[in-house]
Amino acid sequence: MTTQGSHVTTTGKAATTKPHTPTAGPAPLPLGADPHTARRLGRGLTGAGAVLAFAGTMLPWTWTAEFPGDLTLALYPAGLQLLTLAASVLTAALLLASAGVRGLRWLTPGGKHSALLLMTLANLGVTWYTAGAIAVELGGIVNFEPGMWIGLAGTLVALVGALALPADLPPEPDGTRADGAWHRLRHALKAPPPGRSAPLPGWAEILLICAACALGLYVFAYGIEAEDGPPFIGFLVLAAFAFPALGKAGLPRRLSVLAARHRTATLGAAFVAALLFPLTQSNEAYTNIAVSVLIFATVALGLNMVVGLAGILDLGYVAFLGVGAYTAALVSGAETSSLGLHVPFWAAVLIGAAVALVFGLVIGFPSLRLHGDYLAIVTLGFGEIFRISVQNLDGDSGPNVTNGPNGIPNIPDLEILGFNFGEEHAFLGFELGRFANYYLLMLLFTAIVVTVFRRSDNSRIGRAWIAIREDETAARAMGVNAFRLKLMAFALGATLAGMAGTVLAHVEFSVTPESYKFVHTAPPNSAFLLIAVILGGMGTVSGPLIGAALLYLIPAKLQFMADYQLLLFGIALILLMRFRPEGLIADRRKQLEFHETGQLDVPLDPAAGTPGLPRLGKTEA
Amino acid sequence: MTTTTTTGRAPAPRDTGGAVLEASGVTMRFGGLTAVRDVDLTVRAGEIVGLIGPNGAGKTTFFNCLTGLYIPTEGTVRYRGTVLPHRSHLVTQAGIARTFQNIRLFANMTVLENVLVGRHTRTSEGLFSALLRGPRFRKAERDSEDRAMELLDFTGLTDKRDHLARNLPYGEQRKLEIARALASEPGLLLLDEPTAGMTAVETTATRELVLAIREQGTAVLVIEHDMRFIFNLCDRVAVLVQGQKLIEGSPETVQMDDRVIAAYLGTPFEGEPGEAEAAEVRAAEAHSTGTDADQPEEGN
Ligand SMILES: Nc1ncnc2c1ncn2[C@@H]1O[C@H](COP(=O)(O)OP(=O)(O)OP(=O)(O)O)[C@@H](O)[C@H]1O
Ligand SMILES: [Mg+2]
Repeated sequence: MTTQGSHVTTTGKAATTKPHTPTAGPAPLPLGADPHTARRLGRGLTGAGAVLAFAGTMLPWTWTAEFPGDLTLALYPAGLQLLTLAASVLTAALLLASAGVRGLRWLTPGGKHSALLLMTLANLGVTWYTAGAIAVELGGIVNFEPGMWIGLAGTLVALVGALALPADLPPEPDGTRADGAWHRLRHALKAPPPGRSAPLPGWAEILLICAACALGLYVFAYGIEAEDGPPFIGFLVLAAFAFPALGKAGLPRRLSVLAARHRTATLGAAFVAALLFPLTQSNEAYTNIAVSVLIFATVALGLNMVVGLAGILDLGYVAFLGVGAYTAALVSGAETSSLGLHVPFWAAVLIGAAVALVFGLVIGFPSLRLHGDYLAIVTLGFGEIFRISVQNLDGDSGPNVTNGPNGIPNIPDLEILGFNFGEEHAFLGFELGRFANYYLLMLLFTAIVVTVFRRSDNSRIGRAWIAIREDETAARAMGVNAFRLKLMAFALGATLAGMAGTVLAHVEFSVTPESYKFVHTAPPNSAFLLIAVILGGMGTVSGPLIGAALLYLIPAKLQFMADYQLLLFGIALILLMRFRPEGLIADRRKQLEFHETGQLDVPLDPAAGTPGLPRLGKTEA
Repeated sequence: MTTTTTTGRAPAPRDTGGAVLEASGVTMRFGGLTAVRDVDLTVRAGEIVGLIGPNGAGKTTFFNCLTGLYIPTEGTVRYRGTVLPHRSHLVTQAGIARTFQNIRLFANMTVLENVLVGRHTRTSEGLFSALLRGPRFRKAERDSEDRAMELLDFTGLTDKRDHLARNLPYGEQRKLEIARALASEPGLLLLDEPTAGMTAVETTATRELVLAIREQGTAVLVIEHDMRFIFNLCDRVAVLVQGQKLIEGSPETVQMDDRVIAAYLGTPFEGEPGEAEAAEVRAAEAHSTGTDADQPEEGN
């Protein structure tokens, strides 16, 4: 019934633009015997469903404003309704793009129906989740208003329609015949890689990069501002399906090609977007989260240099953050500081980094002679030794240096050139509060770490690190002094963490030993840092940043499930390792390592070099 | 083994005066097992020397001793007159580069990056110059890349520069390993079974490559099981049997020697390592089946 795969494109015009195979696989939910009518029917249903869901958001979903986000107004979508609205619009756009409508085709250079299917799933997920949350929170489905019912129906119709569309890829050759509905569904979610894009003028490409950065900023700001509880979970549900949908459509791949072509512009745009973030925020609580995210992300990127580049599994990395924080606390004029010093901030940063460097060398020197599991255990041990020593240097069990478990409170706010970081400042009509100030300061450090990472990665030293990670014996036989280089990576990572720690001490007013555990329910701790690196993607710059943002935001936003947090992270990590072992952002190498395609890295046109891949040796700022 | 050894042999080395490599009395014991026993070997500039012997004879172990991956129990290795330290990166720095019997490329690096790693000892840009990216750094990177591209050209891998090493076909992986070793500008190149698993055509190409390497002034010491390849290529051949050097000489002499034939056919020969020890070697060999023979112990 569904084996017929001959793909009759609706218009000749569309047929010429299809870069890939003309045959398509079976639909997961065959509605009509004839593929042509099935396609028609599927598109019709999806479109109608999307319009219906869109219309639903214009009507009230519930009668009381007690449910977070106020979903009671007609023609005024708010809170979770906005998410359904966005998903409906995206569904419609992907539908039109997959039908080959002129002007929208760039949306789906890769998969078409697979992307559409995932997007309808996203819409269904967020809308039905909202309905469930309303029913649970307000007590029963009697609290639904018509708009909610329309939304539920619309998203369901759209999903059924998307299921009736044929798969993007032709049916697999015999042997793995897709028989059951489950197999057909899995097959329908496979997408072909995007073909090559028509070249755009340079400015248009840079504009696209800027737009992507702006979108990223918007999504991040939305996530941070989303109220705790249902609105944030709805956001997560939507993101969890919508991003893979865009991924199937091939947009990230395209974007990474552009980003590789315009390295400096991409970094600049991302930096500006991050710089603008505090201006989008009016609430101190959210900038507080943002600065913590930034510190956590920066430290994770530092760890990525140790783990992702040099392949040293360091389970005690957070200790170096602690070293930096404690050093800064001791020399920055806190009343309880046993040193009683008050040096300027730049000096505190240098001292903190230097002390962390010394610790890195001292710890690395003996432990880096070990390998693999043994090294991991030893670093774990040193991390705990740091915390316990700090706890004991309280005047009772040892000399009083750190005040023991009480830590060093009341670290004064920074004041640089008369600019007090603790006070609000007006800037271009925007009020920048205490945390916004620190956010901007921290951003500078993040930029430094990103630069250090990128520059050392693409150099003689970075290549030697990766060689050691790949095969240490072969690297030594090629003349790489493995021990020295590993010590260098370890110490450099420690220095960067120490630097971040000096800012952390000021942001948090105080330092206590308890914040630098191996594992704890809230970041930063060594285990979370490592998870951020693995989740985001080892060896990449953006991976750990995104991974750290997620890992920080989710616990901060979902306070009510703090008890189950570690369990949930465990489950999430297992799922990720099963379905995307290379992490959210794939290093080109890792992607090839885990998904044996054999084709991804083949230059499409030898004369033009490799479009997606950075060319070696072309060093840029 | 009926090849006429003279056909196609490259002209005799011009300079046989200076010894590049002098190994004397090299012995390697693993617990009770003596894998290499009191081996002397000299390689002179411009020479291609073959090292043959049955499986488990200790050829790879001998290479590991030369390159500092193993610390020999006894004996010294000199390179151009100076005693080599037992640290493999210093050996490479001194001028000995090698390939591995089981290909050990940096699988997830590109072809070009692999060769660039080989340049490590011949460049000196440290972390700070990488961070500052001054003109000197850029020039050094450019030069390294040019040199690496020359080597890829030399080995015929130019159009594969951006492929991951792991995606290359087997024969090209072997070539890349040679290119990577050559990137360290060695005075002596050690090849461990460079034609293992290759087709006849690829073997011929490898032979040409080795001759071309010699033309550029690098001496070569090559382990190989392919007798035709060895006898056609080498100026001198040494035979290692059960850890001991049985005979060394021109391909013609070695080829004719009864003891060599006996060793390869498995007939025990009188006087040489006792039967008890041979059994021991075999036992250890059986024991180590499946483990990576190239994998040295951690030693500093
Ligand atoms: N690290 C080690 N520990 C213990 N025994 C070893 C070690 N390395 C090699 N041997 C033993 O030394 C002997 C010589 O091994 P080697 O790999 O040098 O032989 P080979 O001549 O290279 O053989 P092949 O032609 O099969 O490569 C073998 O019996 C092997 O088991
Ligand atoms: Mg061997």
